[in-house]
Amino acid sequence: MTTLTKTEDASAPTGPESFLSVRDLKVTFSTEDGPVKAVDGLSFDVQRGKTLGIVGESGSGKSVTNLTILGLHSPRTTTVDGEIVMDGKELITASEKELEQLRGNKMAMIFQDPLTALSPFYTVGRQLSEPFMKHRGASKKEAKDRAIEMLTKVGIPQPKTRFDDYPHQFSGGMRQRAMIAMALMCDPDLLIADEPTTALDVTVQAQILDLLKDLQQEFGSAIIFITHDLGVISQMADDLLVMYAGRAVERGSAREVMSTPKHPYTWGLLSSMPRLDSNLDEALEPIPGAPPSLLTPPDGCRFHPRCAYTDLVPGNQCSTTRPPLGDGRASACHLTAEQKQTLFIDKIQPRLR
Amino acid sequence: MSDNLTLPAQQGPADTTTPETLLEVEGLTKHFPIYGGFPIKRKVGAVQAVDGVDLTVGVGESVGLVGESGCGKSTTGRLITRLMEPTAGRITYAGQDITHASRKQLAPVRSEIQMIFQDPYSSLNPRQTVGSIIKAPMEVNGIEPAGGREKKVRELLELVGLNPEHYNRFPHEFSGGQRQRIGVARALALEPKLIVADEPVSALDVSIQAQVVNLLQEVQKELGIAFLFIAHDLAVVRHFSQRVAVMYLGKVVEVGDRDSIYNHPRHPYTHALLSAVPEIDLDGEGEARERIRLTGDVPSPISPPSGCRFRTRCWKAQDKCASEEPPLVKLSGSREGHLTACHFPEEPTLQGRAQDVVMDPALKALEGDGAGKD
Ligand SMILES: Nc1ncnc2c1ncn2[C@@H]1O[C@H](COP(=O)(O)OP(=O)(O)OP(=O)(O)O)[C@@H](O)[C@H]1O
Ligand SMILES: Nc1ncnc2c1ncn2[C@@H]1O[C@H](COP(=O)(O)OP(=O)(O)OP(=O)(O)O)[C@@H](O)[C@H]1O
Ligand code: SF4
Ligand SMILES: [Mg+2]
Ligand SMILES: [Mg+2]
Repeated sequence: MTTLTKTEDASAPTGPESFLSVRDLKVTFSTEDGPVKAVDGLSFDVQRGKTLGIVGESGSGKSVTNLTILGLHSPRTTTVDGEIVMDGKELITASEKELEQLRGNKMAMIFQDPLTALSPFYTVGRQLSEPFMKHRGASKKEAKDRAIEMLTKVGIPQPKTRFDDYPHQFSGGMRQRAMIAMALMCDPDLLIADEPTTALDVTVQAQILDLLKDLQQEFGSAIIFITHDLGVISQMADDLLVMYAGRAVERGSAREVMSTPKHPYTWGLLSSMPRLDSNLDEALEPIPGAPPSLLTPPDGCRFHPRCAYTDLVPGNQCSTTRPPLGDGRASACHLTAEQKQTLFIDKIQPRLR
Repeated sequence: MSDNLTLPAQQGPADTTTPETLLEVEGLTKHFPIYGGFPIKRKVGAVQAVDGVDLTVGVGESVGLVGESGCGKSTTGRLITRLMEPTAGRITYAGQDITHASRKQLAPVRSEIQMIFQDPYSSLNPRQTVGSIIKAPMEVNGIEPAGGREKKVRELLELVGLNPEHYNRFPHEFSGGQRQRIGVARALALEPKLIVADEPVSALDVSIQAQVVNLLQEVQKELGIAFLFIAHDLAVVRHFSQRVAVMYLGKVVEVGDRDSIYNHPRHPYTHALLSAVPEIDLDGEGEARERIRLTGDVPSPISPPSGCRFRTRCWKAQDKCASEEPPLVKLSGSREGHLTACHFPEEPTLQGRAQDVVMDPALKALEGDGAGKD
């Protein structure tokens, strides 16, 4: 991944070098109540062989962004603006036929919800084999062998028997693994994983994360990894994008963002996370207030109604001016760099210990 | 939902008093038949999804249920809420045997036991508005709250952190986390006594997760609702549950109060689970903790291993483990109520366990080896 970390990968500037480049993406849904701006001016890059982690408020547009990359939004109710370039190809203007060629082949997605990806009417095996036969021109036998290989890799017990099962015969976690197997069938160049391990227990999760890392090393795929689990992100991501209400509020290398977060929303995220050694006499500390309505999003910084530090910013800027997200290691917040640093050290860090 | 829900969590380990039993499950079993053969389909085997589970939940108590994916947690939850007919075993609720109770016999109990489902997508009817989804249990059970059902629904929406303006929206217009909160609101509509919560917060971001956990904790304390809390996130379970049961392949392998399970686990599987929790790297120094990586395939619930079901992946297994099934009992050195099913349990203290650690994946990754490839 590029722009994010100048230190780590100096040879990877923005632009043509990124495998996937998203610029000023805007996705708007028309609903009965009016337009919902689910994504509002989002830019990021992903490099071959690297993993971009995306974390953020639930409803902040993570899934919508990635569905849009795959062209899976409904064109009737959705307006998409901006640029999505994958390997030199502009995706927003691509035809449905071109996108279909790419999906499941060059780019694949592991959905948050296995039931949207797996049809209840066909066996798991058939659903794994068919795209492989279509994209690779493989025979039925080859596709079946490949499917069983992948089911084994993701840890489905007795894959030969389970090949003929229907999705409802799998547990939640097994469905998730079957879907991961499906996404990996064609060794995609871009893998979008939307909460791929949320439904799995931690031991299987560890296996799947290893598997994804292995495959990435083997095939140099670019991965976008969305999760709420900051521990998982900490292990998986090279770079990290923090989203709030349709926008990116912070980015940097995963290590930087975790160890020295700069945005008040990121601070809130880190503080509300329970840990295995956290004090049980204290309640969890959620970010106060409710997520903003995307029908009438707050002006200025979208986090300002829930932010504890607006008083430190002169002239009501928080509620009037959108704080820009700079290049590289950056956070979209009006506080000065020194303020961010002192606040983090004095107020936030002690809570994380 | 607002920040006034930030209540202090339960104080200390809650094992001092045993609450009155609300739910008692004995030998609970569910086998799903497998049909095969051609041209005539016949039963050729069974998925032993749940195979003799014993469990109790006290009045107002919250019990965590964790374990391998596919080990039968959701099925256990569905059996308890009587959404499925058990193959064998007994379910006693408030002193009443409800194992095979008919619809009619169940009616009075129905509203008292609610379920929050694992999958916020498939559990919400896409054709119904959020308002009618949450209202439905009140309608089915003929309950008319003061101020009317719509008002109650709007209150519930606010309680779970959704905007009451969402009343007329449809589920597909919500994000995963938002849908899960709809499920929580629906479960609370009838003011139940027992909620089986199947991964209620796993789709939520950590801040909303904290809100929902605090909210559930508040209803648990204020309304005295008991919980069977199924989850994969061991930190969340630890925060929410007074007692914790660990399942592996259709059986409970260890159960005990929170402190026993998290600080003195005796079953190797519990130990492996705890060590696999991915911890966030806050100081940017990389992984420090040692970790057990389970190798080998997850065994099939169709033909589970003989003896101890964990033995195929256990680093302590000996011949006895294959020939004899270890009973779920209190081991010497364990606290009252802390039961473990293992022939060669871990020491009661965490000291001297270093030799149990099979492999350190962080090290292995540094060596450039493909860790986790079985
Ligand atoms: N088809 C749609 N019509 C109207 N609004 C929609 C539609 N799909 C999504 N939205 C809205 O867009 C916003 C972003 O949703 P998205 O699913 O991307 O969230 P997310 O960041 O993936 O959240 P989560 O972490 O809960 O999965 C949400 O507020 C959601 O309500
Ligand atoms: N309707 C069904 N028919 C056949 N087998 C089933 C059915 N429902 C569940 N199973 C099987 O029963 C076992 C237990 O499933 P269950 O959903 O209870 O697991 P779980 O512990 O909730 O897993 P997860 O953590 O992945 O949700 C699995 O092997 C699953 O494949
Ligand atoms: S810009 Fe203002 S409101 Fe937004 S996070 Fe920074 S201080 Fe808070
Ligand atoms: Mg999502
Ligand atoms: Mg389940």
